[in-house]
Amino acid sequence: MNGLNLTLRALHHGEKHLAGQLTAVAERHRTEHEIHHVATDLAVWSRDHVAHLAETADARGVHLGGSSGASTAGVLSALREKAAEAMAHRPEPGLLLLRDLRELHLGAAENSLHWEMLAQAAQAARDERLLVLVSRCHPQTLRQMRWTNTMIKNLAPQILTSF
Amino acid sequence: MDEAGMSEAGMDGVGRNKSGMGTSVDRIANPWGGRTPYDRHRSWPTRVDTRLGAGVEPDQVQRWVQAASILHSDGDAMDVAVVDGRMVGVRGRADDRVNRGRLGPKDLFGWQANASEDRLTRPLIREGGRLVECDWDTAMDRIVTRSRELTEERGPGSIGFYTSGQLYLEEYYTLAVLARAGIGTSHLDGNTRLCTATAAEALKESFGCDGQPGSYDDFDHADVVALFGHNIAETQPVQWMRLLDRLEGGDPPRLVCVDPRPTKVARRAAVHLAPRAGTNVALLNALLHEIIRTDRIDHDYIAAHTVGFEELASRVRECTPQWAAAVCDVPAASIAEAADVLGDADRLLSTVLQGVYQSHQATAAAVQINNLHLIRGMLGRSGAGVLQMNGQPTAQNTRECGADGDLPGFRNWQNDAHVADLAKVWNVEPESIAHYAPPTHAMQIFRYAEQGSIRMLWISGTNPAVSLPELARVRSILRQERLFVVVQDLFRTETAQLADVVLPAATWGEKTGVSTNADRTVHLSDKAVEPPGEARPDLDVFLDYAARMDFRDKDGGPLITWHDPEAAFEAWKRCSAGRPCDYTGITYDKLRGASGVQWPCNEQAPDGTARLYTDGISWAHPDVCESYGKDLETGASDEPVEYRSLNPDGKAVIRAAAYLPPHETPDVDHPFQLTTGRTLYHFHTRTKTARAPQLNEAAPDVWVEASVSDAAALGLGEGDLVEVGTLRGALRGRLRVTDIRPGLLFVPFHYGYWDTATGHGPSGGAPGRAANETTVTDWDPASKQPLFKTAAASLRLVEHANGSHAPAPTTTASAPCRADAAPPTVGGAAALATETTGTSHHTGGRDIR
Repeated sequence: MNGLNLTLRALHHGEKHLAGQLTAVAERHRTEHEIHHVATDLAVWSRDHVAHLAETADARGVHLGGSSGASTAGVLSALREKAAEAMAHRPEPGLLLLRDLRELHLGAAENSLHWEMLAQAAQAARDERLLVLVSRCHPQTLRQMRWTNTMIKNLAPQILTSF
Repeated sequence: MDEAGMSEAGMDGVGRNKSGMGTSVDRIANPWGGRTPYDRHRSWPTRVDTRLGAGVEPDQVQRWVQAASILHSDGDAMDVAVVDGRMVGVRGRADDRVNRGRLGPKDLFGWQANASEDRLTRPLIREGGRLVECDWDTAMDRIVTRSRELTEERGPGSIGFYTSGQLYLEEYYTLAVLARAGIGTSHLDGNTRLCTATAAEALKESFGCDGQPGSYDDFDHADVVALFGHNIAETQPVQWMRLLDRLEGGDPPRLVCVDPRPTKVARRAAVHLAPRAGTNVALLNALLHEIIRTDRIDHDYIAAHTVGFEELASRVRECTPQWAAAVCDVPAASIAEAADVLGDADRLLSTVLQGVYQSHQATAAAVQINNLHLIRGMLGRSGAGVLQMNGQPTAQNTRECGADGDLPGFRNWQNDAHVADLAKVWNVEPESIAHYAPPTHAMQIFRYAEQGSIRMLWISGTNPAVSLPELARVRSILRQERLFVVVQDLFRTETAQLADVVLPAATWGEKTGVSTNADRTVHLSDKAVEPPGEARPDLDVFLDYAARMDFRDKDGGPLITWHDPEAAFEAWKRCSAGRPCDYTGITYDKLRGASGVQWPCNEQAPDGTARLYTDGISWAHPDVCESYGKDLETGASDEPVEYRSLNPDGKAVIRAAAYLPPHETPDVDHPFQLTTGRTLYHFHTRTKTARAPQLNEAAPDVWVEASVSDAAALGLGEGDLVEVGTLRGALRGRLRVTDIRPGLLFVPFHYGYWDTATGHGPSGGAPGRAANETTVTDWDPASKQPLFKTAAASLRLVEHANGSHAPAPTTTASAPCRADAAPPTVGGAAALATETTGTSHHTGGRDIR
């Protein structure tokens, strides 16, 4: 069952990373209001996944550490938000936004593949608890991917043709 | 113009007035007038309301010209009285299906604003920092020159249009063609984004397509009417008259009211729920939970006409009334009681408005109300329906004509066949209609202007410098040197003062056009008088621009081939043919002298259509639907292939949503929730209603509402000057202590600065008077409607009343908790209107469809 634990560990890391990324993007693009608010909501999903993964792993005797991925320290957050406000009237952050959305999408895609592996392994091992976990979390990961994809699709034409 | 037809209709009405026994009523003190009770399943009796200016007698009126109301979405039919080329009054049209002769206070008195001294009568251009008068050629030339420069240098995406919910259908359609196919920009939206975007989105999510399912006639038949965040007494006062008449007749309906304020509706409700702001989804999920748990659902209807029920059932399984009680701060027993009333209803009518649409999780909540009707099979039958309302007279037209963030005729931007079909109607190449992404919504248009990729913004018939959230930001966007702002309006509004070119527009009564109300009723409003000075109809302005820009179709002919309202309407009919909003059976002649007609109206339904979905769901099939749907929590678009596998047969889609906490919640510094809204006597930013003395005096200035317990805790009382602050800004107003939900503050959004010393904003760093100084820039991810109802705010005393009172009405939801706390709102002799009942027909009531 070592492979299963390894996947749990990779996913725990990936969700924690995505939660942090979503929060950082929300702060960096404070003046892109929809990005700011939805990314903040979606970070909650990933943090929730982190907590559930840690719990499940715990029950298997694997300790994955604290359920971090929380908002970064106050000073850095405030700095990112101030920088965003200072740049509100500039077009350049648009390019940065597209890059950030791409990174979020790739992060979520990586997590999605890990959830897929976990689901397959759980079925093979007939691990009911793990299956419940996957069916609870994986759909939200797919929704994170769809969101980043939609935002890129909607914003790219204006950002890339006006710069 | 068919003057003979109009005067004939007029004489008819005058005759009735003379024979009837008219009563005079102060319609400021008594906004809903006298009662004409009627029994369930009978038709609503006629009551003709007339208001003529001082000294004008009915027999002096030379012409009565047909129109429909312009200051709300109800579509009340009326005739405008004309003497010597001047508007002198109004009278409700007895035979119209919507109002049966009644008018609300805004219609009785609002027409006077047309003749205001300060109407714009000449174009203005900015010269040396100041707006100076010029002729039309100079103003239009400046706009055309800038448009050409921008399209050549920066492309069509550098031009945006922000229009209204108060122009006519013909104007929106013309604007949609010139923007989408002429310029080729996808940046065209209306201020309908603030009022009706969620209604449209919720209908698209549930039924695959926009289109109001229900009909106002359902008020006559329902045994339960549920009003969700809908203060109908103040937003559609004429339909409230209808409900009041039913409440006093035989077999009256029971009302369920969800509203945090003590509205007139709340006071007459069988069950009133006043949830914490931003928790509608939690409350609705609990109601759905109870109805499913007690199996008061229509299994056959669900099987035949819907997909997604299992997902909903599982999503709300844990959403017990006890759970929701903690989230919403509403007693669990009240939630269960409301679920009982909704679940036992024989014919349930639900109506929904801004308490849902402008609140957190707007679309998710509005969709749960659709779900309530789908699982109970309460659709498409008399009395059983949903009215996803809107706030403006022609918001529905903005939606259907594609002047909001949709393609004309409810076409699907993701469906290439729909785009090709539209291109055929316009005789252009499909590629010339931007459809690689959804049409840009208003909040994003302003963001693009802020960030510098939109360089020209043409604003018609709306006043974003008062109506958009976070006004300091909006002003900073409009003030930018690099942004060329065109404003087309009646008055020198706050927004006009920040413009580079101001175009004087004609308005209702001065031009001809069609408006469609919230229940799909189409009315014609004819020109009654000449516009002042050089003011022009919005249609003429758009046509002039199109001609100067020389927009061409793919064969080199003119893109826009019409030159007057009726021809524009005929062009729109071709665009609407075969679509859900089919107008092909309607002509100007058909609308003249008769009742309004509900679309779709075509060969199959020559008299129009009372209710949609009488025989299953008709516009949700993957090939015909307007939208494939969105994730209600993230706004992510569903792809065609996903929709096709979810809903191959085109049934209604039951979409579940989980409750998410609001983005801004009270804390130590901002312990209150703040909600904004309207009052009965005003419309939008008061550009018209403040210029009608009776309306202005009923609510002359901004105020703040707080609850009895909060006021007591802070030592505040009626009339104290207070300051409301949020992270965005602050405003000052006098306090009215009411029975509003504790912890919640209310501020009306109507008040801006045009009638203050500074003109367009607060002076210096002083606190403002506009509610939107305080609101947050945040919108529903699915409908993109801004949230005006979930800010966290502080409240502090500035100075005690010393005998002053809040300038708030006592007749409405703003009534003081103690009746003697403020002098009653009255209009006196200047506010008298005549009500005539007891006309020969209708009195006995008759069975109707």
